[in-house]
Amino acid sequence: MGLLFSFFAVAILGVIAFVGVRSIHLHYFFGVIIPYLAFAVFIVGIAFRVLKWARVPVPFRIPTTAGQEKSFPWIKSSKIDNPFTSFGVIIRMALEVLVFRSLFRNTKMELRDGPQFTYGSTKWLWMAGLAFHWTFLVILTRHLRLFFEPVPFFVEILETLDGFFQVGAPVLYITDLIFLGAVTFLFLRRVIIPQVRYISLASDYFPLFLIGAIGTTGVLMRYFLKTDVVGIKELMMGLITFNPVIPAGIGTIFYIHLFLVSALFAYFPMSKLMHMAGVFMSPTRNLANNNRAALHANPWNYPVKAHTYEEYEEEFRDKMKSVGLPVEKE
Amino acid sequence: MYNGGKILLGLIIFISLVTAPFWLSGKQATAKPDPKIDTPEILKLPESDRQCVESKAYMKKEHMKMLNEWRDWVVRDGVTVYTSTTGKQYTMSLQNTCMKCHSNKKNFCDECHNYAAVSPYCWTCHLEPKEKGL
Repeated sequence: MGLLFSFFAVAILGVIAFVGVRSIHLHYFFGVIIPYLAFAVFIVGIAFRVLKWARVPVPFRIPTTAGQEKSFPWIKSSKIDNPFTSFGVIIRMALEVLVFRSLFRNTKMELRDGPQFTYGSTKWLWMAGLAFHWTFLVILTRHLRLFFEPVPFFVEILETLDGFFQVGAPVLYITDLIFLGAVTFLFLRRVIIPQVRYISLASDYFPLFLIGAIGTTGVLMRYFLKTDVVGIKELMMGLITFNPVIPAGIGTIFYIHLFLVSALFAYFPMSKLMHMAGVFMSPTRNLANNNRAALHANPWNYPVKAHTYEEYEEEFRDKMKSVGLPVEKE
Repeated sequence: MYNGGKILLGLIIFISLVTAPFWLSGKQATAKPDPKIDTPEILKLPESDRQCVESKAYMKKEHMKMLNEWRDWVVRDGVTVYTSTTGKQYTMSLQNTCMKCHSNKKNFCDECHNYAAVSPYCWTCHLEPKEKGL
């Protein structure tokens, strides 16, 4: 259900842009208004979500402890997997964000003959995830050539490296191939593995199809259908300087690509894609495990009204004495 | 708000990064490339003959693909003559056909290529035209 729904949702998005530009000629709407709106939703939405998360109290440290906790000086502690200092946390977060360390430890279990459960490491998801996210970042960075004039040096370096093999003209980017391959893998994984398929929802398939469609339209535009890149840059520079222009002669495929990207931007804050911000705010990762070393007082502890024995005796001393009970203070 | 400072700092860094094009784009941002087609060779031609091998719109989008195909046809298949959609025949050669008219690489090729940050590898094999006072 989720699969078909997502597929058709993305297909309809594509058709909307195609019909809107090709038949109704809403170039300004799809080229200016929608991108502005989508970008605004993206920024405001992310800020809203992050600030909402930030308001959640964190009274206690709840890191996952994947190594020996710091205790006695003669017991060797794991400084990254059970960080005690902020420095350890920074290293742990950096490894998590940059190389998906916890996904690297992904395991699978199988029921073998015996019957016996066996656990084994499985790196495919980690590899495809890494390939997907890094190529996505490279592709995004390459797109900066359309948003800066003059183009920053690192964008040009990245482009040169990406087109290293100089296949064809315009040169084939290696990241384009890896990216589409990784998206395909991540999709097939959801469909083929029964357990994963069972827990996959429309909100899992939709971003995959959307990102896949963005990649496909991008590749079509660059290598096959062709558009006027200079015109596209004029449009983009117009957008970022708030002087929007719609140069003539940009192919419909560009507007489809732009509309799908806008859809992704607008969808971003209200979807699982918020893991981009969420990974930094995971309390099981970003907290140092110093629960035993430092006091973490619970801020909403109820101020308990205590009545100590001294006060009790003070109150009832006479009565206690009269029945012969021992008192501490005469 | 717990660790509010760190979270706000992260948020500010993120927003500054994604909005960087808006506040970093200078005056050059709206400058458009202006490829010149006023070389002596083109001006020599009568007005009616000032036409590239294919239409301007086609060349704008497809010239890189066309040059790539020309290379394959000439170098690998030994075909040297290109018949355009108008039926006119041209020798497939970057230096002798394209650059004969468009001898102003700096004011023609580079104009758009720099704008779009493209660095085609034509000139690793072909000789760049020597331009004087253009």
